[in-house]
Amino acid sequence: MERIIFYIISVLMITFAVMAVSNRNLMRSIIYLLFVLLGTAAIYFMIEFYFLGAVQLTVYAGGIIVLYVNSVMLVEKINNPLPEVNSKRRLLAGIISTAGAALTITAILSYNFVHIAESKATETNIDKVGKALLNYGDKGYILPFEVISILLLAAMAGAIAIAKTNKLKKNNESK
Amino acid sequence: MILNIFTDIHNKLLEHMSGGAAHITELILIAAAYLGIFAILGLLLVWLERRVAGFFQLRLGPNRVGPFGLFQTIADALKLVSKELTGTVKADSMLYRTAPYFVITTALMALSLIPFSHEIQAFDINIGVFFLISVSSVGVLGIFLAGWASNNKYSLIGGMRTGIQMISYELSVGMAIVTMTVLAGTLQISEIIEIQKDGWLIWKGHIPAIIAFMIFMIAGTAESNRTPFDLVEAESELGAGFHTEYSGMNFAYYFLAEFVNMFIIASVAVILFFGGWLSPFGITDTIPFAGLFWFTVKVIGVIFIFMWFRWTFPRFRIDQLLTLEWKYLLPVNMVNIVLMALIVWLGLTL
Repeated sequence: MERIIFYIISVLMITFAVMAVSNRNLMRSIIYLLFVLLGTAAIYFMIEFYFLGAVQLTVYAGGIIVLYVNSVMLVEKINNPLPEVNSKRRLLAGIISTAGAALTITAILSYNFVHIAESKATETNIDKVGKALLNYGDKGYILPFEVISILLLAAMAGAIAIAKTNKLKKNNESK
Repeated sequence: MILNIFTDIHNKLLEHMSGGAAHITELILIAAAYLGIFAILGLLLVWLERRVAGFFQLRLGPNRVGPFGLFQTIADALKLVSKELTGTVKADSMLYRTAPYFVITTALMALSLIPFSHEIQAFDINIGVFFLISVSSVGVLGIFLAGWASNNKYSLIGGMRTGIQMISYELSVGMAIVTMTVLAGTLQISEIIEIQKDGWLIWKGHIPAIIAFMIFMIAGTAESNRTPFDLVEAESELGAGFHTEYSGMNFAYYFLAEFVNMFIIASVAVILFFGGWLSPFGITDTIPFAGLFWFTVKVIGVIFIFMWFRWTFPRFRIDQLLTLEWKYLLPVNMVNIVLMALIVWLGLTL
């Protein structure tokens, strides 16, 4: 049963991934990409990593895709399909992606995975995630957590600074 | 004494078929039941809205079809089903057709987490409330896409407004929920209700809980795109906003989803602040399925407040809406979380 669902989800994900890349309508590509991300979330839920699945939904499906849709709406001539790519670049892209796929597949095949039934013994719940994130002892993640939050803060401050300087310049010129 | 018809159904199914088949049948039964709940809820709430509107405006509201006009919305739904599905020629038909399903599916997924009583909850996971937030964050896309794919300027403006409004207010809803989880100490919905057996959280958390409740009600109204935050539809300016180009059942999907979303937000308020399906002071703890009654009563009470808002306040302008969220609600919310954490830390809860 689980196996069948897994195959259905993976086939859907691969189809939508290919469609997302090959479609020349920007908005549709984004929606296909959304389906790929939803598929990833579905797989997380299937292996009972609920927290990760919910984060995937919030951050990627609810955050990034909404952001993409927002920014694509600002693109000029959004209703026209993107121009056809010439065959040289297409060939190059094909070679690179095949190489990437080959690398990933060999890596997956050569790695010795733990069977899922065995790994289920260590069920991840939100308690453990929270405690690990704020733990500064062994196996604690407080340092990366703080580094990331400082990075995000810097990014936010930078975005505000960039947005504001243009406005200030314009105001000064008009004066 | 719990009259558990659900185990009975489970055993009956196991008698007739193997474990795996019984599991699948159960899943299908639950899904069908929730679709039924979805439809009935939508229809009932539309009827309630119209009656309450009538009450506030000193008129009768629908009262011809069936007792108290109860079947009026069913008649309306039949009319909508039989209507032709129109579309615009230059619209992106694939996105135009898929957009309503985003809204419907996310509303249904969120509905599966709502505990109607101790026995009736389809999906009780460890991260319950967080899952609710994450699912509802995807729902915005349905409205966004509808606005874009309609190839209509009014729709597009409606869609853009939704994007801005729902993303902003999601933050406030989320942080109000976080405030309450600080007090509850868990995200699992059944556990949150279990904690409230000796007092509802709005009583236990006193001042910060009441502030969180007020923020939640304001942001929840904005999240479900209801007046005074209905800029998305704003009949007088935008036609019908994002669903101008939708007709028949496609329009009804949006309409139903909007009302079901209101129900979900009201239920979350009831779960987080008013003890879910628990009876006041535990007076009916021994009666089976009394939880269903109390849950319904509380949710209808909260929904009535939402409807009260609708017929009391005039619509905001977009800049007022954003000022309210970013300059007032968000800072208040942040201070409130710290206050709640302090109160829990110092053991000042009631």
